[in-house]
Amino acid sequence: MSERRVIGEASAPSLPRHVKLRRDESRGQWVLLAPERVLVPDDIAVEILQRLDGQATVGAVADDLAEKYRSPRAEVLHDVIEMLQDLADKGFLAA
Amino acid sequence: MSVPPAPPLALLAELTHRCPLQCPYCSNPLELDRANAEMDTAAWQNVLDQAAAMGILQVHFSGGEPMARGDLADLVRHAARAGLYSNLITSAVLLDERRAAALAEAGLDHVQISFQGTEAGPADVVAGYSGAHEKKLRAARLTRDAGLPLTVNAVMHRGNLDRIEATIAMAADLGAARLEVAHVQYYGWGLKNRAALIPTRAQLEHTTAAVMAARERLKGVMVIDYVVPDYYAARPKACMGGWGRQFVNITPSGRVLPCHAAETIPGLAFESVRDRPLAAIWADSPAFRRFRGTDWMPEPCRSCDRREVDWGGCRCQAFALAGDAAATDPACALSPKHGDVLALAERESAVMAPPAFVYRRMEKIPVLEPGKK
Ligand code: SF4
Ligand code: SF4
Repeated sequence: MSERRVIGEASAPSLPRHVKLRRDESRGQWVLLAPERVLVPDDIAVEILQRLDGQATVGAVADDLAEKYRSPRAEVLHDVIEMLQDLADKGFLAA
Repeated sequence: MSVPPAPPLALLAELTHRCPLQCPYCSNPLELDRANAEMDTAAWQNVLDQAAAMGILQVHFSGGEPMARGDLADLVRHAARAGLYSNLITSAVLLDERRAAALAEAGLDHVQISFQGTEAGPADVVAGYSGAHEKKLRAARLTRDAGLPLTVNAVMHRGNLDRIEATIAMAADLGAARLEVAHVQYYGWGLKNRAALIPTRAQLEHTTAAVMAARERLKGVMVIDYVVPDYYAARPKACMGGWGRQFVNITPSGRVLPCHAAETIPGLAFESVRDRPLAAIWADSPAFRRFRGTDWMPEPCRSCDRREVDWGGCRCQAFALAGDAAATDPACALSPKHGDVLALAERESAVMAPPAFVYRRMEKIPVLEPGKK
């Protein structure tokens, strides 16, 4: 049995094998596929998820997005952590 | 003509009705499709291609026991190539090291194993198969060893609800990322055995409390899905996310259904993928249009603000309990039949010695033995 995964700036999460981020052409949206669940992440969430490769840290993802969207880094970091922690608690992030 | 419906999200592919187990609550119809009526590999591959093309995202390989088909890994590979997310819903008694590896290699995304209990003795009695529980435990470990994520599907009823804590511990111990605490549904075989399976209200309250506590304790470790059984609920569940909205079910012989139990409803004619394209059947076959959306609804659903939340509940249950598939699901407290249903649940579950199980079995085809008298 494993421990709860706590997301911080230094974490480098990835999507587990059973969670897939896919472009759903017929509905014109991105979807996150898991058993019995289909999530429709918003644009920012998609940007975050696309950057998760098990290498990039949460901090680096926040740097990237803060620059791209010209937003304060602290705010972006907070949002990224919040979103990823929620995903981790739902079992959508690799432990 | 109205606008065409959005495509379903998921396909439930019932590859076969064959199964080594005989669960008395099996969701398969009482009339099982025989092996010689099953679609072959090419026909299923064609269905998978059609599914992906029409915008279906996930395929659940189920049955019966999908592993009873030797071509399962080929179908999984085909689904992966078509871009479909694949899930195997299995009793796992046929899952060994070789097959686990083959499925992982073919690109299977997820495995769901059903358990009948937490101890071999009583669990095997429910499965009607001696040694099943041990095999399942082993298969669950093999699944994890093959790198495949696991959901434990624990089918709960009067006979095992008192073991809810042990059930949760077993799933966590097996390394499941998800546990489904699934109450038996009462149609098909489950309806036949309802009096032996229906829990008491006290059992239910205990279960709900245990699940809530475990959810808190196992946050971020194991997700627990739990739905209160309909007979004791105040509002029905959105069965299949609404008729003909999110799911499409295909039987072993190719009949296309809005839900796996839809054939329990008399008077609906279901078309086959052998005769017409899947997308066409989904869009306009009368059986799908019959209960799609809200136009078919009677009162109290018609003017209820939950009509697009639960879609009036389950049609199969409405037929089973109210004798009318177009009635409000009697699981809803607003249904005029709700009181009867609650009384029935309380009466049946209060019987001290529940009746014996009627096991799910295929009627044996008589073997002709020429020359013998
Ligand atoms: S419910 Fe039991 S009998 Fe029915 S298909 Fe599943 S394992 Fe087999
Ligand atoms: S009346 Fe119909 S729509 Fe309203 S909650 Fe009950 S079943 Fe759902």
